[in-house]
Amino acid sequence: MTTLTEPSGPAMTATAVRAPAGLPRLLPQVPGVPEDLRAHLARHGRPPYRGGRGLLIGSVEAAGLTGRGGAAFPTHRKLAIVAAARGRAVIVANAAESEPASRKDALLLRVAPHLVLDGIQLTAEALGATEAHLYLHPGTGHAIMRALAERHAAGADRLAVTVTEAPPRFLAGQESALVNRLGGGPAVPTFVPPRVTERGLGGAPTLVQNVETLAHIALIARYGPRWFRELGTAGEPGTMLTTVHQPDGQTQVIEAEIGTPLRTLVVGAAGPGAQAILVGGFHGTWLPVGAAATLTLDNQALKRHGATVGAGVIAALPADRCGLAEAARVTRYLAAESAGQCGPCLNGLPAIAGALAELAAPGPRRATRQNAERWAGLVTGRGACGHPDGTVRFVRSALTVFAPEITRHERGQCSATNRRPFLPLPDGMPTTEDDWT
Amino acid sequence: MAETLRVNPINCTGHGVCAELLPELIYLDEWGYPIIDRDPVPPALDVEARRTVAACPTLALKLMRS
Amino acid sequence: MSGTTAFWYASRATGIVALLLLTAVLVLGILVNRQGRLPGLPRFAVTSLHRNLSLLTVAFVAVHVVTAVLDTYVHIPISAGVIPFASGYERLWLGLGAISFDLMLAMIITSLLRGRLNRTLWRAVHLLAYASWPVALAHSIGSSRDLQHGWMLDLGIACALMVGIAIIWRLAHAARQVPRAARVATAMARHLPAAGAHHPRERISR
Repeated sequence: MTTLTEPSGPAMTATAVRAPAGLPRLLPQVPGVPEDLRAHLARHGRPPYRGGRGLLIGSVEAAGLTGRGGAAFPTHRKLAIVAAARGRAVIVANAAESEPASRKDALLLRVAPHLVLDGIQLTAEALGATEAHLYLHPGTGHAIMRALAERHAAGADRLAVTVTEAPPRFLAGQESALVNRLGGGPAVPTFVPPRVTERGLGGAPTLVQNVETLAHIALIARYGPRWFRELGTAGEPGTMLTTVHQPDGQTQVIEAEIGTPLRTLVVGAAGPGAQAILVGGFHGTWLPVGAAATLTLDNQALKRHGATVGAGVIAALPADRCGLAEAARVTRYLAAESAGQCGPCLNGLPAIAGALAELAAPGPRRATRQNAERWAGLVTGRGACGHPDGTVRFVRSALTVFAPEITRHERGQCSATNRRPFLPLPDGMPTTEDDWT
Repeated sequence: MAETLRVNPINCTGHGVCAELLPELIYLDEWGYPIIDRDPVPPALDVEARRTVAACPTLALKLMRS
Repeated sequence: MSGTTAFWYASRATGIVALLLLTAVLVLGILVNRQGRLPGLPRFAVTSLHRNLSLLTVAFVAVHVVTAVLDTYVHIPISAGVIPFASGYERLWLGLGAISFDLMLAMIITSLLRGRLNRTLWRAVHLLAYASWPVALAHSIGSSRDLQHGWMLDLGIACALMVGIAIIWRLAHAARQVPRAARVATAMARHLPAAGAHHPRERISR
């Protein structure tokens, strides 16, 4: 149990703004209504600069904030590494959620751009950063560009933020791929070491942080770590944005406190509506609906089932669909999104996708399942990035959860009555270098 | 000072020279790419390991401190 | 005159051997790149031979230069071995020899320091190395009458043919090679829609 110390300095003496109690924290008070600069300042006050490098990091550590981009890495540690590294630092706000099933970053940019921008400025001060970037997918930047213009007119920001568009690739938001792209190359991963926190954009120590994490930092800086810990669990404090795909086809972005039971997020999670729950998006884990009925939105609980919250994507597959067909569609997408740089991934993922496509069609397929297992074992840990590993996790959990369906298909039957695809996937696949820039 | 063999999969083109020179720690998968033992290199194989690293035509194989 | 004649003969002999070795090194280099095999030999033999013969080539060229310098029939400064056009005698042809030797040395040095050098720089120097062969050939033809007739001419033509075939093979592969961004599409087409016809043993080459 850590002792929380209130941050001293300018944060305490700023105009007293009432800390928001309960939810929402990141999302605006009135759902869907974006806050302009005036409304933002009225609600939260000015960003409380600490007046020096490294001073904010203690608060972030006390708050126990972890990254909201999927990896859940302790944020203060990442900040400390970059702040301590030699040379000028670079900060990149990563809004390229890249996952077709995730909508939270796009929404955050639209309804709470000033929180994100505050987070960039405050974190930049903590790092001693001299360069700031915002990396986002095309079509998601209108509101934040307007917000940047507002702040520029008001002279509100210390550091100019360069906005760069990410290509619509699944790997575009990967840390080293992002740095590669910002450096003028394609958005494909590079070999690590060196980590981008040591040597990233232009050789400088680079902090790549999800925009939601930065928004949380903007709030922690104002209201303190104790406030942050009022919601969430002791081990995983705070709130997080989730993208929930309801069984009726609706998609919602819900800000939930960590530890919320999944059944309160998913309509009919325990009911007849859903047959399985995907937790963590396309690199996540399928869970049987019975497990989902008892699980909570936190890594400690999910880990016992081999799952993590990831970037908060939760999908409840309706009972009338074929789970194997859905899994095969997603695996095909994941294989097509390989950067094609590493032999095992380039060869293994399409092979696995082919195997799943076979399993999704009715007919006897004994060797296919074994082949898929063998290839899954062969690609794990043998790429330059985590793409093969995440894909294998998705595939293995699908083969486990939908095992009864595999048996049915072998007998030439399928339990689905609805052939419409459920999980969102874009059309087409990348074929030229331009598709990666 | 324990060292482990690692391959940079982006630079590796699957020549297979490494698996010939160090079959104790490296073998090739069904596509010709190296699968490398993740444990530290045993001292008896240290010289062989260095020779194998030098022999890689694309310098994809590395010895890293573990 | 017999002392100088011995040096002169030695220079011509080591010269032709160097050309043969350079031909072998170039062809072996292409073989390494194409992951080709020499019948009956393991894969590492191809890379080893390529590297070792390249060192041997440099040694022969060095002896070739030194013996030419030691031969007092004509005055060739030792610097003409590496500085192009530094020789009064047969300035152009010896100059080409120096250029070829410089390219060889650049390749050897960058290869020995490969771990510390930028990858692109190493590749660029190695690509430039292709030029060392025709330049060496021109030097051989122009600076001595040997390659202009008889069995040496046949030897020269045979070397040129081998280099030509190897380079065509290399270029043909380069023309067929799928760019990175299209590799996955190729792999996907092979496995999907599978319809039970996937080939687990075929490899998608990088």
